[in-house]
Amino acid sequence: MTTRVKGRPELYTAYAQDMAFLNTRPKQVGVLVIVVIAAYLPLTLQDDLLKILGTGLVLAIGAIGLNLLTGFAGQVSLGHAFFVAVGAYTASWIAGDPDGRTLGLGVTFLPVWILTAGLVAAVMGALVAPLAIRLRGLYLAVVTLALVIIGGFIFTEWRDLSGGAQQGRDAPVPVVLGADLTVDGAYTQEQKLYWLFLVVLVICAILARNVARSKIGRAFAAVRDRDVAAGVMGVELTKYKLIAFVLSSFYAGVCGSLLFVANGYFGPERFSGGMGLLLSVQFIAMILIGGVATISGSIMGALLIAALPRISSELPSFLSFISTSSTDHPNVAEVEAGLYGVLIIAFLLFEPRGLFGIWHRIRTYWKSFPFSY
Amino acid sequence: MTELLSASIAGLGQGSIYALLALGFVIIYKAMGVISFAQPALMMTGAVMVSYWSPKLGFWPAVVLAGLAVTAVALVVERLAIRPMVGKAVFVIAIITIGVDIVVRVVTGMFIGTDALIVGDPWGLDRWNVGGVIIQQRHVAAFVAAAVIVALVAVFFRYTSIGLAMRAAALDQEAAMAQGVSVGVVFAVSWGMAGFLAAVAGVFAAAGNPFDQNLWIVGLAALPVIIIGGLDSLLGAVAGGLLVGVVEALVRNYHTDILPSVATNTGPLAPYVLMLIVLLVRPYGLFGTKEVERV
Repeated sequence: MTTRVKGRPELYTAYAQDMAFLNTRPKQVGVLVIVVIAAYLPLTLQDDLLKILGTGLVLAIGAIGLNLLTGFAGQVSLGHAFFVAVGAYTASWIAGDPDGRTLGLGVTFLPVWILTAGLVAAVMGALVAPLAIRLRGLYLAVVTLALVIIGGFIFTEWRDLSGGAQQGRDAPVPVVLGADLTVDGAYTQEQKLYWLFLVVLVICAILARNVARSKIGRAFAAVRDRDVAAGVMGVELTKYKLIAFVLSSFYAGVCGSLLFVANGYFGPERFSGGMGLLLSVQFIAMILIGGVATISGSIMGALLIAALPRISSELPSFLSFISTSSTDHPNVAEVEAGLYGVLIIAFLLFEPRGLFGIWHRIRTYWKSFPFSY
Repeated sequence: MTELLSASIAGLGQGSIYALLALGFVIIYKAMGVISFAQPALMMTGAVMVSYWSPKLGFWPAVVLAGLAVTAVALVVERLAIRPMVGKAVFVIAIITIGVDIVVRVVTGMFIGTDALIVGDPWGLDRWNVGGVIIQQRHVAAFVAAAVIVALVAVFFRYTSIGLAMRAAALDQEAAMAQGVSVGVVFAVSWGMAGFLAAVAGVFAAAGNPFDQNLWIVGLAALPVIIIGGLDSLLGAVAGGLLVGVVEALVRNYHTDILPSVATNTGPLAPYVLMLIVLLVRPYGLFGTKEVERV
C-alpha cells in the first residue's frame, strides 16, 4: 500500500490515487464546503429563488445523463427530451390517483416511483439503442430527433396517460416516510423539495463520477475519440454504446420524474414538436455551456439554464429597450429564447470547454503563479 | 383511384418543397461535412420577408428579393459563426447551427407577431379538376419551380468553374486546396445557395394558407428527407423529397381509414417513421455512399 507524501499533493505514487474520487485535499474540502452551503441555502433564500435553484438541480440530473452519452461517449443525442418524458409519465402513472381522470396506481412512496421512472426510461433506451448503435455522428442526431417528434405525438394522443393536449395531468406526489413534501409545515414546500432534489442530485452525481473514472468511463472516452481504434484495441463498441444509452436514459428518467413535482401539473405539449425539441436543445446547451465530459460542468450549466428565464425577466430594469409587454419587440420571452442560441454560439466559439473551462483556467493561473502554465 | 391520384399530386407538390430544402442541406453537407440545422429558420425568414414585400412590390419581385436577402443572411452567418470553427468536430459545428437557428427564429418571430401572415401568392387555393382528379395550382407551381431550380443547380455543378471547384472540394478538401481552390469561397457559395433554396422553399410551403411560427416545423421534416436520400447525394435529396412528400400526403389522406381511433392526423409523423424504416435496411440512405473505414 503506497501512501501519499505529506506536503506534495501533486505526487501520486499509485494509479488508484490519481483516479481517486476526489484526488486532492483542496477538492475534498471544496466539495464538502459547496455541499454544506447548498444544504444551508434554503434557510436563507426566498422561496421563488429556491424554486429556480430546485429546477436547476433536477435539470442537472438530466444534464449529467446527457453528458455521459454525448460528452463522455461522444454519441450526439437530440432525443433526451423523449426519455425525460418517459420518466415523467412513468412516475406520475405510478404515483397518480387511482380514481382520477388519468391513469394512476396510487403508489406515492418516493423511491419507488423515482427508480421505476429511471428503469422504464432505461428500458426504452435499450430498445432504441440497437438502431442508434449502427449510426454515427449526424445520422444519429437526426434519428434521435425523430424520437422526440414520434414520442410527443404518442404522449399527446394517449389521453388516459397524459390527459391530452391543453389539459395535462397531475405530477407525482412526493411522499417520504408518510410526509407529503408538497404541504407546507415547519418548512415550506420549496425548502423541502429543494433538499429532496439536492439529495437525489448528489447521489446521481457520485454515481456518474464513479462511472466516469472506471473501466466503463475509459471505454466511453476511447469510443468517443476514435471508435475504430477503440474497437481494434478490444473495446466492445456495441456493448459500451448500449451502456451509454441505457445509463443516459436512466438519468433522464429520474430527471423527468422530479421535473414537474414543484409545479404539481404538466401537459404533453412540453414534450411534443417544437417545445420537446427545445427541451432537448436546452440539455445540449447545459452540457456545452457547463463543460463537455465533466460532472461539475453539467451541474453549473443546468443551474445557469434554469436561471435564464429569471435573468431575462430582470433584464428590462437594466436595458430599457427590452419590453416586458408581450406585444412589443424585443420582449422578455424573445430575449430568453434568443439567449439560448446566443449562449450556445458564444461558448462554442470562445470557450469550448464551457464554465468548467473558465474555472479550470482561473485555477491553473493561481496554482502555477507566477508562471503562465 | 381519383382520390389516390389527387393525394399523390398534392404529395408531389409538398415533396418539391422538401426537395428544395433538402438540396440546401446536401450542398452544405458536401462542402463542409456538416448538417445545418439553421435551414428551417432561414426558410421561415424567406416566407416572412415575402409576406412583407409582396403587397408593395408584387409577388415575383418579392420572392427574388427575399431569396437574395436570405442568401445574404446565410453568408453573414457562415462568415461569423461557422468559418471560425472549420476543422473542429462536425458535431460542434452542427450544434452551432442549432444556436443560429434559434437566434434567426427569434428575430424572424418578432415580425410575425400574433396574426398569421400571407405571402400573397397568385395561386391561393385555386384548383383544376381533371376528370375528377383535384390538382391544386400551388402544388403544380412548387413542382415546376423545383424542377427548374434542380436543373439550374445541376447545370451549375456541371458547367461552371466554381461548381467544379465545389465538386473537387467535396471529394477531397486538401487536394482541392493544393490545386488552388479557395475552400472559403466554396463554403460561402454553398451557404448562400442553401439560403436561397430555403427562402424559395419557404415561399411555396407558405403558399395558399396563412402561416405562423409553425411553418418552421415543415422545414424540420427536411431532416428525415436527407437521411432517407443519403446525406451526400443531390439525387437522393430530390428523390427522397418527392418520396417523403407523397408518402406523407397518402398517410394524411387515408389516415381515417387506417387508424380511425387516433384523432390527430398521423401525416406529419410519416417522414420520421419512413426514415426509421429506411435506416433499418440501409444505414446510409437510399442513395448515400457507404462509409468505408480504413484502419
